[in-house]
Amino acid sequence: MTAGYNFAYLDEQTKRMIRRAILKAVAVPGYQVPFASREMPLPFGWGTGGIQVTASILGHADILKVIDQGADDTTNAVSIRRFFARVAGVATTTRTAAATIIQTRHRIPETPLRAGQIMVFQVPIPEPLRWLEPRESENRKSHAMADYGAMHVKLYEDIVRYGQIATSYDYPVRVAGRYLMAPSPIPKFDNPKLDRSPALMLFGAGREKRIYAIPPHTPVVSLDFEDHPFSLQRWTEACSQCGDTASFLDEILLDDQGNRRFVCSDTDHCAARQAAGAGGAP
Amino acid sequence: MIPCVSVSFDADADDDDAGDGEAPLLAVSGLCFAYGARVALADVDLTVWPGEVLAVAGESGSGKTTLLGCLSGELAPQAGRVGFLTRDGKRVDMHRLGEAERRRLLRTDWGIVRQNPRDGLRLGVSAGANVGEPLMVLGHRHYGWLRAQAGDWLDRVEIPTDRIDDPPATFSGGMQQRLQIARNLVTDPRIVLMDEPTGGLDVSVQARLLDLLRRLVADLDLAVVLVTHDLAVARLLADRLVVMKDGRIVETGLTDQVLDDPQHAYTQLLVSSVLQP
Repeated sequence: MTAGYNFAYLDEQTKRMIRRAILKAVAVPGYQVPFASREMPLPFGWGTGGIQVTASILGHADILKVIDQGADDTTNAVSIRRFFARVAGVATTTRTAAATIIQTRHRIPETPLRAGQIMVFQVPIPEPLRWLEPRESENRKSHAMADYGAMHVKLYEDIVRYGQIATSYDYPVRVAGRYLMAPSPIPKFDNPKLDRSPALMLFGAGREKRIYAIPPHTPVVSLDFEDHPFSLQRWTEACSQCGDTASFLDEILLDDQGNRRFVCSDTDHCAARQAAGAGGAP
Repeated sequence: MIPCVSVSFDADADDDDAGDGEAPLLAVSGLCFAYGARVALADVDLTVWPGEVLAVAGESGSGKTTLLGCLSGELAPQAGRVGFLTRDGKRVDMHRLGEAERRRLLRTDWGIVRQNPRDGLRLGVSAGANVGEPLMVLGHRHYGWLRAQAGDWLDRVEIPTDRIDDPPATFSGGMQQRLQIARNLVTDPRIVLMDEPTGGLDVSVQARLLDLLRRLVADLDLAVVLVTHDLAVARLLADRLVVMKDGRIVETGLTDQVLDDPQHAYTQLLVSSVLQP
């Protein structure tokens, strides 16, 4: 640990304040708990909420993994991982199975999570109703009264315009049959992984000063219509590196002729498959 | 001074209207509302019977819109009660209900048509979604059915059904107002509050809207409280008329009776002020 910083950067009082918010969030699944978000040494929108949550729950024995859109090796992920290695001296990893805390920007790892792991999500806009109703006072009332019919208007509009529910990320969910929740901009492909997960899910929105949570084994239902049920995106291609057909694929343009290939968004998942001998699609 | 003509009203009528088909749908007594020191409603008594259209007339600032706000519970009056007869025959005070219960009742039994359709519509989403939203709020989750309902209601308010996917921002003022009416009636309410529904529309569009309203009200057996400063609108639509001045009801009676034989000095002034073309 580098001298001059408290363990995990934040002072102990701040960490306590955030932990109290987290405890409340866990006690009321899906409810957005306000907290006194601090200035962090990175701009709002780069993961200040997630980083504060991680700093508050981090212990000496924890092993931290940070992903950005599924990748361990992008700027944001590398920087945050190095930040905590420096100010907390904790071990870091890129392996999902080895991590105890996984801070993520917009993906849930393909490797199934296990009990005892904690996912920390970076959330830009925690309020799912803001799309229709900009007044925070009204939205809080809607949450209090579980008055969520308006959310379906967005899905209805999707079907009108695109013939299907075109919302493909930040897809609204109902947590434990009560609170409507924005799952942060994860692809809807990852929504089923929230449902009854054995891991604890924590969501931190730094700029918006909100923390919410999904405790382990909590039912999480994606909103839909009876005749337009929730469905996952599928690819006809396989990963060009590991040949996986079931994971979330990123499309990479190769040249101006429209050639493209697909690779797993989850780099750890892809690397593990390759190490185990899986070959890429031609 | 001619005394106020007021409807007799039993203030302690709570819960004893059950099973009586002849009970008023809405029974308002002693309603008082003040904006700070400025009194907007002073001791207003009112009844609305099922299937009846009650017009509230009076000049600007006489408390008409405040009265509507107090009826639906948007404004909390300083005194008085608004007794509403629920579907199961119970009389509840809109202002003593819990917020959740009041919202539920407003959704299922009330419609509120605003003077400015932009206040009552979502301009950014399609007309179909505007009509379907109250149904979605009530828990309907079948897209095809919602869309069929929306199309049916657009047809009933004379909006071409091929406009179902257009946002109301692209509609004319008269169409927006008709759309707002469809959005309010789709849940099959029992009482609809209308605040100057024809305000800001030119006369030929007004006439069509009034025709439409008259037909819908008759078809659906709706109770309507219609706020208007236009006595011709009251004459055309309303069964009974209430005249307000300075937050007080100065005269009530059958519409034709009040307009043809006004008793109160202010009503006489109001009636004689109408321009005769």
